[in-house]
Amino acid sequence: MTGSRIVAMGHYQPSRVVTNDDLAMTLDTNDAWIRDRVGIAERRIADHAESVADMATIAAEKALAASGIAATDIDLVVVATCSAIDRCPNVAAEVSHRLGILAPGAFDINTACSGFSYALGNADNAIRAGASRNALVIGAEKLSDVIDWSDRTTAILFGDAAGAAVLTATADDEEHGVGPVIWGSAPEKGEALTIAGWRPYIKQNGQSVFRWATTALAPFALEACRRAGVDPSELAAFVPHQANTRIIDAIVKKLGVGPDTIVVKDLVESGNTSAASVPLALSKLIERREVPSGAPVLLFGFGGGLTYAGQVIRCP
Amino acid sequence: MATRAEITSGLAEILEEVAGVNPDDVAEEKSFTDDLDVDSLSMVEVVVAAEEKFGVKIPDNEVQNLKTVGDAVTYIEANH
Repeated sequence: MTGSRIVAMGHYQPSRVVTNDDLAMTLDTNDAWIRDRVGIAERRIADHAESVADMATIAAEKALAASGIAATDIDLVVVATCSAIDRCPNVAAEVSHRLGILAPGAFDINTACSGFSYALGNADNAIRAGASRNALVIGAEKLSDVIDWSDRTTAILFGDAAGAAVLTATADDEEHGVGPVIWGSAPEKGEALTIAGWRPYIKQNGQSVFRWATTALAPFALEACRRAGVDPSELAAFVPHQANTRIIDAIVKKLGVGPDTIVVKDLVESGNTSAASVPLALSKLIERREVPSGAPVLLFGFGGGLTYAGQVIRCP
Repeated sequence: MATRAEITSGLAEILEEVAGVNPDDVAEEKSFTDDLDVDSLSMVEVVVAAEEKFGVKIPDNEVQNLKTVGDAVTYIEANH
């Protein structure tokens, strides 16, 4: 059966760095408090004029260039975002237009922080079903547009970024590079994290989300490994959603990764970039060449909705 | 049925494990935040561990009412 693999990735972060000390100038917070509770030291914040589509386009352009696949050969573009301001045309269409991708299937997915694994799962399923041969999968967020900068419980957490992957169909006899997606949600807990209303801002019950993330999710991450036929101890790397180092540590403890498994903590320098966090961290990991080509890497996103999704991929 | 002293000492074990609190410092009148330096996220971990240890359900909206070790002991005593 046909499957897919990630050929190459690209990412983009705005140039403006905002440190915890910068935030402490206008908010009642401090560097030690943020590092201790969340693990973030700094985040990147986009220019006023910079849009989700702008960032998505740059990341996608880099991924395409590294893949060797022509823009005109892409037939599907899927963008995970929960912060794009424009509703129509969607971000996928905007990116396609700017990159000269002709007549692709183009749609956005909003499952907040788990978005990239949902998008990757959808694109992989489309390729498995024969609806696509080459796909572009992007996670892009400009969360600075939906942050209440006077709310110290949320303003310290988030950043802006984009990450993109080029996916291609694998032959019948080739090993598939994208394992089966495990996805789900806890809709009854939706109130714990919202971006709602006419002028939406992120609101979060941190304790509720923390409890859910540290207690409920490890079994789903394990299931993603099981479905891919990979034991967690064999993972070359684990790239979880980058929300909080203490959540990551709690999941890792239950997951039983190997002593050599790289547990990615990009949030230290990037903050929580929602649907962009996993592709951003994965793209940087690949760029650093820390993981050999073909090695298994577990992606696992979770957050607003509440939603979660994950799959094991083979490092390009 | 565990006594208050038994519940307190069980909580002390959890607090040591989760938040590195010295068990000798744990007493009913102690505030989790102010006296034992347990932050809001560690408190969630304490609650989850306490649920397992004592077979109680401590819902999210109850956690904020547990200010002192004694509050937690009372809740566990009444609900387990």
